[in-house]
Amino acid sequence: MATVAQPVTLGRRLRRWEGLPYALILPTVAYLGLFFAWPMVQAFELAFRIEGDWTLSPFRSMFNDTNFNQALTFTLLLVVVIVPLQFVLALVMALIANAKIRGRGLFLAIFILPLAISDLAAGLVWQTILTERGYLNTFLTKVGIIDQDYIWLDPTKPNNLLIAVVVAEIWRSTAFVMVIFLAGLQGIPHEYTEAAEVFGAGFFQRVRRIILPMLKPAIQVALLFRIIFAFEAFAVIIAITGRAKTTLATEAWRWQAEYFDSHIAAAYSALILVLSLVSAGLVLFLFRTPRAQMMR
Amino acid sequence: MSKHARRHEQKGGTVHRFIVLAAAAACLAVAFAAASSAGNTAAAGPQADVGKVIFFSNQLTQVSEVNQVRNTLLKGFNGDVDFIPTPVGQGQVFFNRVEAEARAGRGTISLLGALHGDYLVIQRYLRDLTPLANQLRNAGIPRDLMALGKLGTRRQYYIPWMQATYIMVANRRALQYLPRGADVNALTYGQYHQWAKNIADRTGQRRVAFPAGTNGLINRFFQGYLLPSFSGGVVTTFRSPGAVQGWKYMRSIWRYAHPQSLSYNFMQDPLQSGEVWVAWDHVARLVNALKARPQDYVAFPPPKGPKGRGYMPVLAGLAVPRTAPNAAGGQALIRWMTGKATQARTLGSVGFFPVRAARYSRQLGEGLLKMNTAVGKTQRSKDALKSLLPVGLGVEANNFNRIYTDTFVRIVVRGENIQRVLNDQAADLQEIMNKTGAPCWAPDPPSGRRPCRVR
Repeated sequence: MATVAQPVTLGRRLRRWEGLPYALILPTVAYLGLFFAWPMVQAFELAFRIEGDWTLSPFRSMFNDTNFNQALTFTLLLVVVIVPLQFVLALVMALIANAKIRGRGLFLAIFILPLAISDLAAGLVWQTILTERGYLNTFLTKVGIIDQDYIWLDPTKPNNLLIAVVVAEIWRSTAFVMVIFLAGLQGIPHEYTEAAEVFGAGFFQRVRRIILPMLKPAIQVALLFRIIFAFEAFAVIIAITGRAKTTLATEAWRWQAEYFDSHIAAAYSALILVLSLVSAGLVLFLFRTPRAQMMR
Repeated sequence: MSKHARRHEQKGGTVHRFIVLAAAAACLAVAFAAASSAGNTAAAGPQADVGKVIFFSNQLTQVSEVNQVRNTLLKGFNGDVDFIPTPVGQGQVFFNRVEAEARAGRGTISLLGALHGDYLVIQRYLRDLTPLANQLRNAGIPRDLMALGKLGTRRQYYIPWMQATYIMVANRRALQYLPRGADVNALTYGQYHQWAKNIADRTGQRRVAFPAGTNGLINRFFQGYLLPSFSGGVVTTFRSPGAVQGWKYMRSIWRYAHPQSLSYNFMQDPLQSGEVWVAWDHVARLVNALKARPQDYVAFPPPKGPKGRGYMPVLAGLAVPRTAPNAAGGQALIRWMTGKATQARTLGSVGFFPVRAARYSRQLGEGLLKMNTAVGKTQRSKDALKSLLPVGLGVEANNFNRIYTDTFVRIVVRGENIQRVLNDQAADLQEIMNKTGAPCWAPDPPSGRRPCRVR
C-alpha cells in the first residue's frame, strides 16, 4: 500500500508547491536569456563601447552616415504603408479560408504558398517580374496594353520602388498574418455569429460587432509580429532596389558584412531594437485586453 | 588465467602488432618520399603522384567557379588536391588563416592562390620560388608579369597564375548610334557620352548602364577608370580640379544611363535580356553574354580621358607558404596550373585570362577570343594608364570602396555640391590612409613609406 501511495503524495505535494509554475517556465527563461537577452546586452555593449572605453562615437558615425536619413525614413514608410494594407488583406483572406465555401482548402494552400519561400528568393522573383525586360512587361506587350516597355523599377520616379517593395512584401508575408487571424477566427464559437444571424445581422455587421472585437487578441499578436518584422525588412529590398533604397536593417548588414565595423552595425541594430520595443509597447497598450475577457 | 588478464594480454598483442605495422608504414613512406622527390627532380613533371596538396585560394570562390576548378582545372593532375576557397565576402579569412599557420609554425596549406596586392600583406610567410621561376623561364609568361611576383625584391614570391581586367561590351544594335568619326576601339570619354546621348535621343530609351547595384563593381570604375583618366590619380588627386571634372562627367552621363543601373550587379544579365546595350564591367561578369551569343556583341577597351586611358589590371598568382607540409606538391601544382592546357581551360571555364602568351585555339569560341583581344588591346594601347588594385588596406579595403560609392551616391544620385562632397569624403579617405599607413600605389606617385596623402 505504502509503495502505491508514495508517488501520489509526491505528485500532490508537487502540485501544491507554489514554485511549480516558475519551475516550469525556468527552461524557457534560461533559453531566452542565453540566446536572446544576453546577445542583446552584448550588442548594446558593442554599440556603446570600443576597446573598453564607453563612447557614443558609433552613434555619431551612424547619424552622419550618408544613408542614415534615407534608411530611417524608408523603414518607417514601409511600416506605415505595409502593415495596414496587410491587415485588411489578411482579414479578407482569413474570412475566405474560414468560410463554409467550396474549395476553401485550395484557397488556403495558395495563400500559404509564399510562406514557404525565403525572402531573398521572393525578392528575386519580383525583381525578374518587374525588371524592364521582365515577365510583367512581356505580358503587357503580348496582350497589347503597352507598346514600349515601362521601367517599373525606376528609382528616379518618386514612388516606383516603394510600390514594388510593398507589393513584394505584401505577397510574401500577408499569409503569416492570415494564419494568426485564421486561428483566432476558429476560436470564435459559432453560437455568437449564428445568434447574430438569427437576430438579422448582415455580414458586415457581424464582422464589425462580433468577429473583430473577438479577434482582438489575435490582432494584437499579429500586429506585434508584423511591426517587428517590418523593421527588419531586408532581403526583398536588397534584391529589388539594389543601392537605390536602403533600410536600417540593410545598413546594419552593410556595416557588419561589408565594412567590418561591428560598432556602427550594433548602433543600427540598437536603433532597430528601440524602435521595435517602442512600437510593441504601443501596440500592447492600445490593444490591451481587459482581464475579464482574457479569463473567458 | 583470469578473464581480465587475458583481455590485457590481447590488448598488449594488438599494441605490438600496431607498432610493427606503423614502422613498416613509416619505412614505406620514407621510401616513397625519396622515390617521388627523385622522380620530381629527374622528370620535373607531374607524372608522379605528388600526394595531398591543400590549395587555399581567395580567387575563384563563387560556387560555379569552385566547381570548375575541381572538375575541370584540376582534372588530370596526379595528386590529391583539396581546393579550399575563402567564404564569399569574407576576404579576411585568407589572411587570418595564413598568418595563424605561420605563427603556429605548422601548416596544412601547400599552395596559395591570391591577388598581387594580397601577397604584399603576407610576403614574410612565403617561400622563395626563384628556382621554380627559373625553370619556368621559357614557359611564355611575360617578363614584366613574372617580375611583379618578386614584390620589388630579388626573390620570387609568387608565380603569375591568371589575369583579368575590366572591359566594355556593346550590343551590335548600339553601333549605329556611335558619334561620327568615333572608333569603338579607341573611344574617348567625350565620344562615349555622346554615344549614350545619341541612343537616348534617337530611341527614347536609355541603354548605356553601369553595375551600381549592391554587389556591383562600380567602385572599381571610379578607382581604375574614371578618376585616373580625368585626374591622373586615385587618392592624391581625390579633390583636385581633374576629379571634379570626372564627377561632373559622371553626373552628366548618368542622365542617359539606364535608371535600373542602381540594381545591376553583373552586367551580362541585362546585356543578355536586351535591357542594356553598352556596359562596362569585370570580364568575369560579362563572359556569359559573349559566350552565349558572340555574334551579337562587340568587346572593346574602355574610353580615354584627358590624363590617359585608365585601366585596372588584376593579376592573380600562386605561392607556397613557408609552413607548407607538401611544398614539392605545391610546386608541381603551380606547374600544372600554368601549363598551356590548363591556362586555356582557365579562360574557357572561369573567364580569367591566361598569363601565358600563346595562340589559343578557336575551340574556346568566338566570344572568349573577342574578350581576349579587347583585354590585349587595352594593355597594349599607347595611352594606357595602369591603375593597381588598392594595396595595403587590409580590413579597411571595403571602407576604402565605401568612400567612392558614397561619393557617387551623394554627387550623382542625390545631386549634392561636388566640391563640398569631395572635401567631406577626402577627410574620411585620409583617415583610412593614416589608420592603415598604406603608401600610395600606381597611378598615384610613390609616397615612400609614409601613408598616401590626399592633396
